[in-house]
Amino acid sequence: MGAISVDTKGTPSLEDLAAQALDLAQRQGATAAEVNSGLGKGLSVTVRRGEVETVEHHRDKSLSITVYFGARSGSASTSDFRPEALSEAVRGACAIARYTAEDPFNGLADPADLAKSIPDLDLHHPWDLTVDDAIGLALRCESAAFATDPRIQNSEGATVTTHEGVDLYATSAGFMGTVRSSRHGFSCAVLGEDDQGRMQRDYDYASTRDARDLPDPESVGREAARRAARRLGSRQIKTCQVPVLYEAPVARSLLSHLVSAITGPNLYRRSSFLVDSVGTQLFPETVHLYEDPHRLKGIGSSPFDNEGVATRYSDLVTDGVLRRYCLDSYSARKLKLVTTGNAGGVHNLMIKPGSEDLTGLLRQMGRGLLVTELIGFGINSVTGDYSRGAAGFWVEGGELAYPVEEITIASNLRDMYRGLVAVGRDVDRRHNICTGSWLIDRMTVAGS
Amino acid sequence: MATDISHAQNLEKAQEFLLTPAGIGAGELEQVMGRILSSKLDYADLYFQYSRQESWSLEEGQVKSGSRHIEQGVGVRAIAGEKTGFAYSDEIIMPALLDAAQAARAIARGGQEKPQAIAVHSGHSLALYAPCDPLSSLEDTAKVALLEKVEQEARRQDPRVKQVMASLGGSQETVLVMRSDGVMAADIRPLVRLNVSVIVEQDGRREHGSSGGGGRTDYGYFLTEERALGYAREAVRQALVNLEAAPAPAGTMQVVLGPGWPGILLHEAIGHGLEGDFNRKGTSAFAGRLGEKIASAACTVVDDGTLPGRRGSLNVDDEGTPTQNTVLIERGILKGYLQDRMNARLMGMAPTGNGRRESYAHLPMPRMTNTYMLAGETPPEEIIGSVKKGLYAVNFGGGQVDITSGKFVFSASEAYLIENGRIGRPVRGATLIGSGPEVLTRVSMVGNDLALDSGVGTCGKDGQSVPVGVGQPTLRIDGLTVGGTEE
Repeated sequence: MGAISVDTKGTPSLEDLAAQALDLAQRQGATAAEVNSGLGKGLSVTVRRGEVETVEHHRDKSLSITVYFGARSGSASTSDFRPEALSEAVRGACAIARYTAEDPFNGLADPADLAKSIPDLDLHHPWDLTVDDAIGLALRCESAAFATDPRIQNSEGATVTTHEGVDLYATSAGFMGTVRSSRHGFSCAVLGEDDQGRMQRDYDYASTRDARDLPDPESVGREAARRAARRLGSRQIKTCQVPVLYEAPVARSLLSHLVSAITGPNLYRRSSFLVDSVGTQLFPETVHLYEDPHRLKGIGSSPFDNEGVATRYSDLVTDGVLRRYCLDSYSARKLKLVTTGNAGGVHNLMIKPGSEDLTGLLRQMGRGLLVTELIGFGINSVTGDYSRGAAGFWVEGGELAYPVEEITIASNLRDMYRGLVAVGRDVDRRHNICTGSWLIDRMTVAGS
Repeated sequence: MATDISHAQNLEKAQEFLLTPAGIGAGELEQVMGRILSSKLDYADLYFQYSRQESWSLEEGQVKSGSRHIEQGVGVRAIAGEKTGFAYSDEIIMPALLDAAQAARAIARGGQEKPQAIAVHSGHSLALYAPCDPLSSLEDTAKVALLEKVEQEARRQDPRVKQVMASLGGSQETVLVMRSDGVMAADIRPLVRLNVSVIVEQDGRREHGSSGGGGRTDYGYFLTEERALGYAREAVRQALVNLEAAPAPAGTMQVVLGPGWPGILLHEAIGHGLEGDFNRKGTSAFAGRLGEKIASAACTVVDDGTLPGRRGSLNVDDEGTPTQNTVLIERGILKGYLQDRMNARLMGMAPTGNGRRESYAHLPMPRMTNTYMLAGETPPEEIIGSVKKGLYAVNFGGGQVDITSGKFVFSASEAYLIENGRIGRPVRGATLIGSGPEVLTRVSMVGNDLALDSGVGTCGKDGQSVPVGVGQPTLRIDGLTVGGTEE
């Protein structure tokens, strides 16, 4: 028990700490309590223009506890694991619970929903990476970027990161689950400059659970360079209404907005444009959205959610119809529904890929806008109104005509979901939410 | 003189609190610094931090949740040229400190150990806020009661108010910096905020509105001048305006920005692009443009960390440099960058007190404090009256900038059409996009109504969040792209 491969320097295991915290809470009179805790370490090395820029050694540590006194609750967290700090945190949580209101929906998850066994999802692959090795990989990544295109003249650097750790969830009712995991990656951001001295920046990255699954660092550098160089000569276009193709890495954000709109607190507060929408046709009939939490080595994989509830494969949208919300126990009780194992979010949300790659989707669109970057936060979650800054390419005859910048794209998320013409098979798997590119029938592009 | 006395007190308290329990005194600090320094290193610092924060939140008329958070640790940084080595520990004890020092100094390979005598001495500091403890400034029952009053005030405004969410948060951060030049500085930083957000509903249409404020003070701030109740009224007013809003226009047009929080324009369009790191690396659209005209002559923009009690203010930055009022643009001419110590040294400039970090576990970078434009002479009514057709935007959500291309966005949450010099009907929120190096050249009128924001801004850069302030008078911009849906 508690054999953590992270250097813990003689401190007690997470399991012991959690047990102590739960015990302290109960001795203070708590009728129930739950602990989320994590311990990790990592290394991050950045090189820039062929020289080492930063070497960062990371160690993270946290324990948070929620206590219940009947229907009242309080929470506290600490990064300090010494006994006196732990008991101060527990006392703090209990003190808060004295002043919060009775809330009949409070409490631990229903024991029937808890994970009974904890499958090994193959998430833990520590990488014995020395600082020198990391520097070597980062240098290969960045120099490949510079070698790709003569217009790439500057860099924000190439970074190699590795992280491993253990996360624990435990309750006073006897649940205790730990998950060990690791994550490693390369990233590279470079700048191109055109003959008028105007600059553009873009980046690429790779992220995996197992370092052996990472691509060559050179491929990340080359892609960063290709992306930055193709933006040179960007211009504004005239205001128009056209089809918009979201490249896979930015299409993901449209699914994030969906998840946020069907998440418990936004529903019971009625602060979502998707209240009362289960059973309604949100997307065209071809759309299938599902969660696949037990995918081996998946970036979003987890055997249980943040309150110990077992995760399982589950459809979110079939035939374009929303089948369920994303709920934790508290929201579920308030909405008179059952938890969907989404305390803390979704796990490997996937949309069924279509048959075309990006080139095919461009051809299908014919004339319109390809969006490769979004900036800003112009989403009204209550109404679904959508307006964000964008950059990308004007598309004519199914091919990229020229790069575009300083424009916004606007619509309403409901109309955008209904207007989803096609999803690409160019699935971006670097995230918890995985999708191919999205072709949307029509949006307003504001420009000159 | 008063400032030096308060700094001495802060230093004493910080040492007592952060170092004494671990048996760390001046001798031990010198030992750690000696371990780091070598012939190849230009600079090193130790950053000790202890912070306590709490938050209370209300929904559906009751305060149902609250949380406390305690964080402490020490970050060790070593710099050789443009190279930085960094390690940290969440335990403030000598062995951990020595380990971190060893890891950080590895950046200067092959450098000979160069034990040198370091004369530890106190740096200078401003005294912009009292070293108070917000968490204990009000009984817990009174914190709950305050949120309940805010909720009742919001509901009292209008029967269409369906949901009220309110939160109260406070923190106290004690920091102590020791630099390789021997300077030791400390700061005890209180910070409070109160946010209110409401949902209104009419004929099946729902909208929201939000407001809030705070600063470097204690919770008493919200009880004076009915501030907390004012936030509740303001959130409801905004939400009701938005219930009536028509679709926003799309295209490039004249835009009038209201005073105060719309100063987020300056933060995104100008501020980030003038941070020293981006300019040293040549990645900013403003790189190499000092002395050039980048704004109309009506524009003077400063970053001022010395405003008493403001959310973005600091007595000393996170490198122990006292903050200052830095002129960025003077009558349209680019005058200066925002610097931390490393970038200032590499660019041959002076630090400006803008070296900030989210915590001991993060590296410092040049960051803004309170960024605003000085007042002009035109009454705001005259500015609105001068516009035949355009947009008047008075409240905003967040913004973002692409440093390299200079393109920035900020999203309006309350805006109106201007027709023939009059404020017309409200329009729905829309994102505004422009080009940082160009937008201020199009500022044709500057109001006499400078206002600073109410104290809710948080700026994110490289994954690090720090509290900031913004401000401006009413401005007319002759050409900004408005991202609505109506052609």
